[in-house]
Amino acid sequence: MSNVPSNLKYAASHEWVLKNADGTVTVGISDHAQEALGDLVFVELPEVGAHYDAEKEIAVVESVKAAADVYAPIAGTVTEVNQAAVDAPESVNADAYAAWLFKMTPDNIADVDALLDAAAYQAVADAA
Amino acid sequence: MLKQTVLNAAHRALGARMVDFGGWDMPVNYGSQIEEHHAVRKDCGMFDVSHMCPVDLVGADCRPFLSRLVANDVAKLTVSGKALYAAMLNEAGGVIDDLIIYFLTDTRFRLVVNAGTADKDLAWMQAKAAEWKMDVSITQRRDGAGNLAIIAVQGPNARAKVWQVLPQVKAASEGLKPFFAAEVDQYFIASTGYTGEDGYEIMLPAGEAEAVWNALKAAGVAPCGLGARDTLRLEAGMNLYGQDMDETVSPLDAGLAWTVAMKDARDFVGKAALTVNGQQKQFLGLILLDKGVLRGHQKVVTAHGDGEITSGSFSPTLQQSIALARLPLGVAIGDQVEVDIRGKLLKARVTKPVFARNGKAVI
Repeated sequence: MSNVPSNLKYAASHEWVLKNADGTVTVGISDHAQEALGDLVFVELPEVGAHYDAEKEIAVVESVKAAADVYAPIAGTVTEVNQAAVDAPESVNADAYAAWLFKMTPDNIADVDALLDAAAYQAVADAA
Repeated sequence: MLKQTVLNAAHRALGARMVDFGGWDMPVNYGSQIEEHHAVRKDCGMFDVSHMCPVDLVGADCRPFLSRLVANDVAKLTVSGKALYAAMLNEAGGVIDDLIIYFLTDTRFRLVVNAGTADKDLAWMQAKAAEWKMDVSITQRRDGAGNLAIIAVQGPNARAKVWQVLPQVKAASEGLKPFFAAEVDQYFIASTGYTGEDGYEIMLPAGEAEAVWNALKAAGVAPCGLGARDTLRLEAGMNLYGQDMDETVSPLDAGLAWTVAMKDARDFVGKAALTVNGQQKQFLGLILLDKGVLRGHQKVVTAHGDGEITSGSFSPTLQQSIALARLPLGVAIGDQVEVDIRGKLLKARVTKPVFARNGKAVI
């Protein structure tokens, strides 16, 4: 059973989103996603300053067995990326909620509220 | 409805992540695939490969039948128990399957064929036996009454662990050189494998498999899934059917020329096509120099034209991405080439198609 913290919001494409006090959001992949992928060996993150529409491919995570796209959970502009996750992809397996991937300034912060809550995402993960 | 091996419940009890592998419900890993990989290189791991299909040949014409059926030459099999790796070709010289042939007596051989190809292989063999009017009975041993399970125990400590759990097979199996087999009652102990490590592939009555599996687990043998099996065979430079070759690919273009006995007068299915077509591509290794992961079907850009990766992944032993690739003639080991990964051209170096064996990098 994967870990789905209740203080986060989620996209059905398995990203988690945390609202920060400074108006940005932090994004990573869910525990369910890291578990399904298995041992991660490569992380590719977006350029700081780039703008992405919601549901666009924004990053790539690759495990020993497969490559998976990470999608922008909401529209926004990348403000920071987590180089530590690039340097140690296994940190995402160890704790998918500590090893964030990137931060964005949302086009519209209300988009975050429209994402799935923990219970709704748990249902998505259970059906996958 | 996915097919299950007799060990399905044992895998689930161990918390395996199960996947559809060519219609079979098989464990891809039990936890960390990379740890399972290292267990085999450094100690001992075990794989359920009961989805693969043993096929028994019995009859006066076993040798002449196999001599025409496969591209390698069973005349090399002179000592009882010796095994031979061979490709079974179609008339166009494409690979129907790759298989291991165990020589037991002149009237009894055992083959092991791939899971996903077993049905077509059996149909092909039956048709050829009838066409050539050979005295040979062909019996699959995977499904139904009398079926066998296969447990591969691999790694530097594999032999000792097997003897600990199955002391009755020690005397017959301890002297086995690589690529031999010994029979002890209903147990068939083969010093073959798909990892580049020492060890045994054990065929045994399906009803006894779960008890042996659990005893091996209790003896400290790490259960390993098909994920680790794939990275181990990739590091060892062993081909995977359906990925590195198939019915449209000549064994000469898939790095299997060493298994094709062309020189003597013996005829075999596909020989005429191989003679006409010759070798058109080289099968070589790649090590990625930039960061990323090589995968099957990625394009390889070389000074001699484009090639294609057939298998790629991350090598836990080398801590770098590696691949097997079909490249144009003219490319040489040591050349730097580029691989198209999601539209970016990343640098890779051409290597021999073998990366790690017996616990060590060989590149």
